[in-house]
Amino acid sequence: MVNNPLKNATLAAVLAVIMITPIFGLQLVRHGAHTNMETHWALVALAAALVFVFQLLRPWLAKPLQKLKAHLPTLPAAPAQGHKWAIVLLIAIAIVWPFFASRGVVDIATLVLIYIMLGLGLNIVVGFAGLLDLGFVGFYAVGAYTYALLHQWGGWGFWQALPCAGAMAAMFGFMLGFPVLRLRGDYLAIVTLGFGEIIRLLLINLSWLTGGPDGISGLPKPSVFGLEMARRASGEGARTFHEVMGWTFRNQDMVIYLYLTALMLALITLAISSRLIRMPVGRAWEALREDEIACRSLGLNPTRIKLSAFTLGARFAGLGGAFFAARQGMVNPESFTFIESALILAIVVLGGMGSQLGVILAAILLTVLPELAREFAEYRMLMFGLVMVLMMMWRPQGLLPMKRPHVELHS
Amino acid sequence: MSAALLKVSGLTMQFGGLVAVNGVNFQVQHNEVFAIIGPNGAGKTTVFNCVGGFYSPTAGEIMMDGQIITGLASHKVARHGLVRTFQNVRLFKQLTVLENLLVAQHTQVESRLLPGLLKLKSYCQSETDALTRAAQWLDFMGLRAYANRAAGNLAYGHQRRLEIARCMIAKPRLLMLDEPAAGLNPQEKRDLQSLIDQLRREFGVAVLLIEHDMSLVMGISDRILVMEHGRPITTGTPVEVRNDERVIKAYLGEE
Repeated sequence: MVNNPLKNATLAAVLAVIMITPIFGLQLVRHGAHTNMETHWALVALAAALVFVFQLLRPWLAKPLQKLKAHLPTLPAAPAQGHKWAIVLLIAIAIVWPFFASRGVVDIATLVLIYIMLGLGLNIVVGFAGLLDLGFVGFYAVGAYTYALLHQWGGWGFWQALPCAGAMAAMFGFMLGFPVLRLRGDYLAIVTLGFGEIIRLLLINLSWLTGGPDGISGLPKPSVFGLEMARRASGEGARTFHEVMGWTFRNQDMVIYLYLTALMLALITLAISSRLIRMPVGRAWEALREDEIACRSLGLNPTRIKLSAFTLGARFAGLGGAFFAARQGMVNPESFTFIESALILAIVVLGGMGSQLGVILAAILLTVLPELAREFAEYRMLMFGLVMVLMMMWRPQGLLPMKRPHVELHS
Repeated sequence: MSAALLKVSGLTMQFGGLVAVNGVNFQVQHNEVFAIIGPNGAGKTTVFNCVGGFYSPTAGEIMMDGQIITGLASHKVARHGLVRTFQNVRLFKQLTVLENLLVAQHTQVESRLLPGLLKLKSYCQSETDALTRAAQWLDFMGLRAYANRAAGNLAYGHQRRLEIARCMIAKPRLLMLDEPAAGLNPQEKRDLQSLIDQLRREFGVAVLLIEHDMSLVMGISDRILVMEHGRPITTGTPVEVRNDERVIKAYLGEE
């Protein structure tokens, strides 16, 4: 019998021993100058026993679980055309709450907003146009370094540099678009992956321009209508925003201001991308995702459609990058590793490809959860993998699948 | 009689050592229904793919209304007014029926970014027009009730009709149908025949047709090209073709 539960359970237990031994069973412990290997065989044996019993009982557990699964509440599909007032209310809450929250929480919320921006940008490429892009962080880096370099060499402020960062990232998106036009699916993923790495390696190795691995630091935070937001003005005779307004400066104010700036950028991204998907260009993206040959037979130029998706998606990453640079006050290549691309892609996939509400929800989840579970930071990637596996089993279409239709015909 | 709408001369297509199409000549007149028939593997679909720009022919020339379109990319060919359907229906399955028809109108709508982002009047007007045209075609095809459904969920016969509607809304001058009756039941075949007839009469479109269903082909075509092994056997009216010995031989074999 192939599906012998006993055989199955034994095999699983053996595999568990093999996997657990190097992680828990053998631990290197330092005692002064010596490094000793401690063995924890009891732990391994316990784990193996647990796995064995679980696998043995699984056939009996399966039935109640199946029942439970049927009773699990399904998440509601994305709500229909949201009520205008609800949106206004949500935005109002998003603007007001940081004034009553602690500094750390607002800081995390700012990070969430950056990822929302990036997620919505990648959603254009992956969700709408169906082009798998594993190098999205490249455009993020281009945006960040555009601001950093413009500040370093030209003394530009954040607000002047922001459009340039967007445009520069868009240009890189356009440039990447050309060589990958013929590719689809896996091949496209590999080339874009390479692109992201090329950007990072360039940033490390062009040290005369980018400062190499150290990056560029001393970037100013965004100003308020040309006025600095700080305790003391940095320049001679300059006045800070608080002096002009006659307020006293609190450290919290800068954090809130950064949050509000990020909120504005994220809302702009959301507004533009949800307009785009209802426009002819958005319809063309989706048509291309569905069937490229049919697109061509109708006279749609696939080259232009792909380039527009890459360019517009990259633009948002560029804006996010510039903001990231301003928030950190410094940039270095460490912030733009492949894992960042993977995180952004995970946000899009987890949220539901093409679903903007889903992307926002997933960005919140994937940024806030690791912060809450700080002690488990080492297992972050493990949890990531687990979440993804569970997603694929229970909700392969994402948390909030894309809402259809965008346009309806009423009689 | 004006010049031919589509003129194909000396069309040859080679895949490596295999000659799929060899020296095919034919002309499609304005407002004509022209059929290509032949046994399986005769090269009919290859001719279609060459004309539609999906293959670049090895030799020969294709002219649309006096302009050479040989070797043009398929999306450029489509802009010359040649739009096709596919043997296995190719709809945008996850898009709704309505959206399928909106996508196909891309040359007729305001597609620049700024007017759309700012919801300018010109953009709103063009979208309304597009919706109206789509609604008209849905009514025409009897698909109005399914407008907001995903195209992939339609019944097969409806999918075929939608694919034709999607072509027609792009305002072609030559509609190319690749086995439109495949998989349809007898009633749907009769509907298809009257549909093609109606399209030609009301919209003045010429039709280039590949079909295996002989009653449909004989009932609807003005002229027929018969192919075998990549070579043209004969061209003529349905009556001529039916009585041609070479055609009978190609289909039924020699005694």
